[in-house]
Amino acid sequence: MLEVKSISKSFDGFKAVNNANLEVEKGEIVAVIGPNGAGKTTLFNLITGILKPDNGKVFFKGEDITGLHPYQVCRKRISRSFQIVNVFQRLTVFENVQVSVLSRQKKTWNLFTPSTKLVIKETNEILESVGLIKKKNRTTALLSHGDRKVLEIAMALGGNPEFLILDEPTAGMAPEETARCIELIKHLSEKLGLTILFCEHDMEIVFGIANRIMVMVRGATIVQGGCDEVRCNQAVQDAYLGRSDVCLM
Amino acid sequence: MLQSMLRGKGLIWGYAGLIILFLLPLILPRFYIYIVSIILLTGLLATSLNLVLGYGGIFQFHHAVFYGVGAYATALMLTRTGLSPWISFIVGPIVSAALGLIMGMICIRLSKLYFAMLQISLGSLVWIIVYRWYSFTGGDDGIHGIPLPEILSSPNGAYYFTLIITLICFLIMYKIVKSPFGSALQGIRDNPVRSEMIGINVKRHQLLALIIAGFFAGVAGFLFVVVDTTVFPDMLFWTLSLEICIMCLLGGWFSFFGPMLGAAIIIVLRTFVSTFTSYWTLVLGILMMFVIFFLPNGVLGYVEEKLHKGLIEPVIKE
Ligand SMILES: Nc1ncnc2c1ncn2[C@@H]1O[C@H](COP(=O)(O)OP(=O)(O)OP(=O)(O)O)[C@@H](O)[C@H]1O
Ligand SMILES: [Mg+2]
Repeated sequence: MLEVKSISKSFDGFKAVNNANLEVEKGEIVAVIGPNGAGKTTLFNLITGILKPDNGKVFFKGEDITGLHPYQVCRKRISRSFQIVNVFQRLTVFENVQVSVLSRQKKTWNLFTPSTKLVIKETNEILESVGLIKKKNRTTALLSHGDRKVLEIAMALGGNPEFLILDEPTAGMAPEETARCIELIKHLSEKLGLTILFCEHDMEIVFGIANRIMVMVRGATIVQGGCDEVRCNQAVQDAYLGRSDVCLM
Repeated sequence: MLQSMLRGKGLIWGYAGLIILFLLPLILPRFYIYIVSIILLTGLLATSLNLVLGYGGIFQFHHAVFYGVGAYATALMLTRTGLSPWISFIVGPIVSAALGLIMGMICIRLSKLYFAMLQISLGSLVWIIVYRWYSFTGGDDGIHGIPLPEILSSPNGAYYFTLIITLICFLIMYKIVKSPFGSALQGIRDNPVRSEMIGINVKRHQLLALIIAGFFAGVAGFLFVVVDTTVFPDMLFWTLSLEICIMCLLGGWFSFFGPMLGAAIIIVLRTFVSTFTSYWTLVLGILMMFVIFFLPNGVLGYVEEKLHKGLIEPVIKE
């Protein structure tokens, strides 16, 4: 469904992403792992059009989407959440998701219908499904960090995506929040049939939900494979874990 | 129409305010009616700026250009063509909106302070043209004694006209702020990257906001022609732009009615302070510092905060 072909991006000569490749099939959950600064976020930024690649291509459902603007990528039904919480801080939880739904339905050029009369049902359904419905009238400044991360996902869902990219969805969450978030991701994959690409530092989560794993080191994607394959791969252990004596977990 | 804008006590105050505004000419002497007219149209101007500044997060620091250009366009039509004055009135705002589009297209590729700097430069360019093109605009003399239709030539006629047009524009702008476009604009203000990522074409939306803001500034411009029957280059000088920005900040740039309140405060102060001292800008500067340090959300923002204190749910730490 998504195919990234030898994509590269440098910042002032520093190769943040270097010849990276990635393949995601429909319905899969693929995890990207790698140490801090490996270039995971940069890779996601390249896929979603926030950054323009120096070279390389991104294909989505066979179509070349390299270099499209983020809003155009979103219209191809690719949505994402951000590692650093990126919500509308002066709007309420409800409005945050509502804007996303309005945008999806191309209603943001409407100047005269009150927003309060539009896409209420859809927005409530999304809030219900992520468990934020009780807090929908709060401004996001009054949310806990964990709830804001969930709101990130809810906003991404507002775009009615087929393909969901999550950048460290559980980072900084309390243990119960993490558990709920994992349930949510599984639910999105199983019940809604979303294809999910995410990155995460917590290996337990990665091995818990991913079908396949891509390992990234210093901007390059070194191995992509099933969990067991990656777990015992020599190159991964050398490069990423720095120890070759034991299998991961 | 007021019901949609205000609730409970606010609604009663709103109706009371409206009735008072309509009865004012029966009570107040001519000079004060003139001042109230100026407050109304300047409030409209400040609110139009706030569409892009407070709601859109776009640093349009030289907004007076659209006001001045709207006024000049109307004035030139009235003095130099034989067309119906009512057509001139609508031409002013359209010219301003067109200028909003052109300047917007040039500036929009830059963000934040870079946008502001380019916009101020382009605005100053327009001012220079108006100031220097003596044969066309009258240069620093401006244009005086602009002929108006019969019913607008009396102070009360001009006042009621200004009041009604301002109210209509307020209603339209309020609708826009509460519309999906308004929601998207506020999202863009809070976080442009996020807005792009949920499928909003950020630049296009900002451009439309700039056109709309230009249009309503132009309306304020032609209202000034109606009230004052003059235009002069100072209408598009950057100090006026600064004053409008201060009106937004002072009244509260996150409240819809804030800029109108700010306009009222500034104009009342200016009118009365200048009878005592010529250091008006000094007073303005001190006022500005006071606002920044003590009322970061403006007067109305402060009042709303006090009113809602009990209503907002407390932070719950899970
Ligand atoms: N806009 C930028 N300008 C300059 N350097 C950048 C920029 N964005 C990222 N980098 C650099 O690129 C490298 C990869 O960053 P990236 O954020 O993609 O890593 P990451 O794998 O997401 O790390 P983490 O696990 O900490 O989130 C880092 O060394 C970072 O400093
Ligand atoms: Mg990252």
